[in-house]
Amino acid sequence: MVVTKAARAAAEAAGRMARLLLRGRGDAAGAAEAATAGAAAAAAQSHNARANKMWSRALGSAARAEGPQRTPLYELHVAQGAKMVAFSGFLLPVAYAAQGIAASHLHTRSEACASLFDVSHMMQTEVRGKDAVEFMESLCTADLRGLPDNVSALTAFTDPITGGILDDLIVTKTTLGYLHVVSNASRRAEDQQIMLRAERAFAARGKCVRLRFFGAEERALLALQGPGAARALQPLTEVDVGQLRFMGSTLAEVAGAPARLTRCGYTGEDGVEVAVAADRAAHVAQALLDSAHADVRPAGLGARDSLRLEAGLCLYGNDIDHTTTPVEAGLTWIIGKRRREAADFPGAAVVLRQLREGPKRRRVGLRAVAGGPPFRAGARLFAEAEAAAAGAEAEPAGRVTSGCPSPTLGANIAMGYVRADLARPGTRLRAEVRGKAVVAEVVKMPFVPTRYYKMPSAK
Amino acid sequence: MRSLRGLHYSSVARISRCFVARWQGNVIRYISISINCLSGSRRFTDKHEWISVNENIGTVGISHHAQKSLGEIDFAQLPDVGAVLEKEVTCGALESVKAASEIFCPVSGKVIDKNASVEQTPRLINSSCYDKGWLFKVELTKPDELNRLMTESEYETFIKSGVYK
Repeated sequence: MVVTKAARAAAEAAGRMARLLLRGRGDAAGAAEAATAGAAAAAAQSHNARANKMWSRALGSAARAEGPQRTPLYELHVAQGAKMVAFSGFLLPVAYAAQGIAASHLHTRSEACASLFDVSHMMQTEVRGKDAVEFMESLCTADLRGLPDNVSALTAFTDPITGGILDDLIVTKTTLGYLHVVSNASRRAEDQQIMLRAERAFAARGKCVRLRFFGAEERALLALQGPGAARALQPLTEVDVGQLRFMGSTLAEVAGAPARLTRCGYTGEDGVEVAVAADRAAHVAQALLDSAHADVRPAGLGARDSLRLEAGLCLYGNDIDHTTTPVEAGLTWIIGKRRREAADFPGAAVVLRQLREGPKRRRVGLRAVAGGPPFRAGARLFAEAEAAAAGAEAEPAGRVTSGCPSPTLGANIAMGYVRADLARPGTRLRAEVRGKAVVAEVVKMPFVPTRYYKMPSAK
Repeated sequence: MRSLRGLHYSSVARISRCFVARWQGNVIRYISISINCLSGSRRFTDKHEWISVNENIGTVGISHHAQKSLGEIDFAQLPDVGAVLEKEVTCGALESVKAASEIFCPVSGKVIDKNASVEQTPRLINSSCYDKGWLFKVELTKPDELNRLMTESEYETFIKSGVYK
């Protein structure tokens, strides 16, 4: 894999700054440095990832010990035969020896089965203080005031000027005096800068907010996903899993370890995310893998990506970034109704104008019409009619942001942005793959029906 | 014994050497040498392609190590018949769930055949990378290029060393 010295140095620097920030509480200078290093590292990593299609990438590159950080489950991954890659400053499994990516993907959707993902690289934050809700609302689109206790919401930090998405995150309103926030590892430095800067502004106004960032060395996050997830979890915990609704959250013990359970995930299947202390994580993970009530197997980033794409879920940095607003991304629903009416979230002016007038481009789902190579991030899209008429002179009408062969559907699927007039399902487009045209059709997402938990109706 | 066109050229060579050791006959020795010359043992590139040449026609595929690392292949884009290729130039791609991996032509030449079965059933590459999963055939324009490629044992050493990472 072609990783330049500069990119590796930038990634290491970002990792060091991020770790420094997390150990201490971090200060303004540290946050700013980490943000720059982190942004550079993220840019370098994503550039390398996009540019690199060589064998050596497919064959994987073992990360150097002193570079990316290990998660609390590192030993377990190695014991399970994981192929590790460096991702967002962490060493994570992309797949395991026992199952190829497609097999692992299909396992996650199979009856009485579940997959266990290590997502400890994601940043966890606790926001405390009497003004915590007002604080988070000043940064994101959710109606946190109206959010019930022990419920989680998917939301985004938005840019105050452009309305662009700065990160997508899940906020949980706990009954213990704090908001629990889970955000992307790739935006760790940026998110910390956003929150620390706002914390200082709030303190200057005499308001009460305290932030606490958790690194992987302190807290782990496991995602148990699949039709068998609840069955595997129930014997290991004292709470009634059947009463934990989709997007609900609770404290519980899992395999004897104190944990926070949130019924959410990134696969479209039923499942939970388990936040647990780093030193208990391996024990909890092993207990889940050893379940006699469901076939639980470890799964890595490869299957995680294809699963979330089938479920129509965005990946920050690919399908959403600071240049995409929630309206363009088709994520208007993450803006709370009260927030929209009050127009009091960052970038509200731009977003509300787009809601009134329509955005110029929209995120759509694409599915190949008749085979061909998969179309992946970066592939240009052309309107079928325009391409037919203008040939080589046609202007691109959009671009693919994520794509892969769908193991469940046996067809190539993708997400991308297209000119708003081409966003209707059924529209035919051409994707350009290595100089050849592949015909695709706009389809509704999710590509595969989701199976989020529905509480059994009261008798 | 498998057909000479198929896989295990090196095992053909090994069987013939066994004959020599057992029979110690000049006639047998002559036959084993000529089998070695005809069989054109497989050569490997540092990008994990193999090529096996018979009368100036090279059959190209990817190694077992490569197919294992790629995982299940969903799509094979092979060079068109008639394409004129230069050594080490990208001439196609193999797609798995995770990524596209380029195919590099091991030698210079003209493509005279491609494996339609593999285009139809890309998983043949995973299940039979040296036999049914061959990718394309090329008529060599510079046969000397073969000498710069690795032998099977040199390739085994190469992948064990992890140098390519």
